[in-house]
Amino acid sequence: MLHQLFLAGSFPAGASLFRITVQATTAAGVIMKCKYCEKPATFHITELTGPEMQELHLCEDHAREHLAPGETEAEPSSSSLAGALAQQLKIGQTAEELARLDQQACPVCGITFFEFRNEGRLGCPHDYIYFNAELEPLIVNIHGSTKHVGKRPKRAAGGSDWQTDLIRLRRELKEAIEEERYENASELRDEIRRIEEMAESGKRP
Amino acid sequence: MELHRTIHRLAGQCGEWLRGSGPESDIVISSRIRLARNLADFPFVRRCTDQDRAAIESNVRERLERCQDLSGLIFLDVAEMESVDRQFLVERQLISRELAESAGARAVAIDKEEQYSLMINEEDHLRIQLMKSGLDLENTWAQINEIDDLIESQVNYGFHDEFGYLTACPTNVGTGMRVSVMLHLPALVITRQIDKVFRSLQKISLAVRGLYGEGSQAMGDFYQISNQITLGRDEQELIRQVGDVVPVLIDYERRAREYLVRESQKDLHDRVSRAYGILCTAQTISSEETMHLLSSVRMGVNLGLIEDVEIPTINQLFIHTQPAHLQKIRGVELGTADRNIERALYLQRHLRQKSDESDNN
Repeated sequence: MLHQLFLAGSFPAGASLFRITVQATTAAGVIMKCKYCEKPATFHITELTGPEMQELHLCEDHAREHLAPGETEAEPSSSSLAGALAQQLKIGQTAEELARLDQQACPVCGITFFEFRNEGRLGCPHDYIYFNAELEPLIVNIHGSTKHVGKRPKRAAGGSDWQTDLIRLRRELKEAIEEERYENASELRDEIRRIEEMAESGKRP
Repeated sequence: MELHRTIHRLAGQCGEWLRGSGPESDIVISSRIRLARNLADFPFVRRCTDQDRAAIESNVRERLERCQDLSGLIFLDVAEMESVDRQFLVERQLISRELAESAGARAVAIDKEEQYSLMINEEDHLRIQLMKSGLDLENTWAQINEIDDLIESQVNYGFHDEFGYLTACPTNVGTGMRVSVMLHLPALVITRQIDKVFRSLQKISLAVRGLYGEGSQAMGDFYQISNQITLGRDEQELIRQVGDVVPVLIDYERRAREYLVRESQKDLHDRVSRAYGILCTAQTISSEETMHLLSSVRMGVNLGLIEDVEIPTINQLFIHTQPAHLQKIRGVELGTADRNIERALYLQRHLRQKSDESDNN
């Protein structure tokens, strides 16, 4: 795979010159770890441009990234999300800050920021409001913008209070049943039904 | 019962997007737009309980049935289907692999002409997609926009003033729109220009994928070009972004074909004739080899090197020789070895028949 990359002469314009050897050990016969991860370094790259010669020992994936930045092949959507997430988390967040952020949970659907980071999918529409401060830089990274300029629904926009209330109440109902708080569950069920019926009849609850 | 009838009927026909007509259809197979939409009063699908998913499914179905102008939709319960039927719908591009492979209540509604499908409980509550043959993004948008309006008159979509349509993954937020054009680029592959083309597309934030979307290999030299950005540009701009690059790719492909004709006509003619010969005479053949050879034949037909077959027939063979299609057309379950034999027979029937007809003329 990587050999093809070199043969295709795909270096971007202005790229530096390299001397590359591909072997399990260095010239001196030592097995080394990749500079960026725990995998063994099978690529030994000597950078020939710049003021000084520089030696780099990398695994195949990081070598590919180093030699052709931004050209690693992967499926687009989640990879750019993962990339944007990783990039964002590198900037200015200490481990403590990150741990605190990870524990924050949306009051409507209950998803934590940690769960979102792991799965790459949000829990409910309200997350865009609750995690706004964290999501905004992420969204800028992905789209280069945070302002929607396209089509808008003709009906009253969603995300009003009664809709998020429904998401929250249904979750609370499920928890009440799991915890065998049946009286509480029956109250919640009535409340959900009341909102649903009003929404159905066209009156805004 | 409806499922069996529907699948049986679909197996006997050919989707609108395979007609092989429409502008630039020698190179552009199809234009497709999909919209990601969510209900405002439910969690996103991955966070749903079983009851939530079931409620969304019945809720959306009931509302879609209320839309007079969407009448004639066929609803299929994907959760209840056998895996070969799901695979059949994936091969036909009516549902995504994600919808086929996930768990829990989920469904798809398909229109009679097989132009659009509505997936319920995929990654988002609703994924609307519409496909047309050839390069026709403007009409694709006009039509899907109308369908979206009709559904929106019945459903409260999750929408935010600043972020637009809210989606489970922030990569789809805003317009929720993915514009894709599927191209057949065999000459760029033969002349080894394809990687260079892709790298330049990635630099302008366009994604390149294979026939069956994310992660799928570029089978049969088919490539889908689509937008990655969904927020900060309106629908027309997103269509333009993809639409503007397609004529450039068509031009590259045409020039690569001219180059092959000019510099190595005999080799090229030999290549497509051998491919055709194998497809007409093989006794057992894999899906991969079939795709590969059909790709050569398709280009040969477009260049006038093969005259016995027509493009719509070849387009259809690409899909009808896929594993689930073969089994559904034949009406029995088949293992890999039996499928390879059945595929060879199917190809013989559809290719030889054509050339016999032209011999008699």
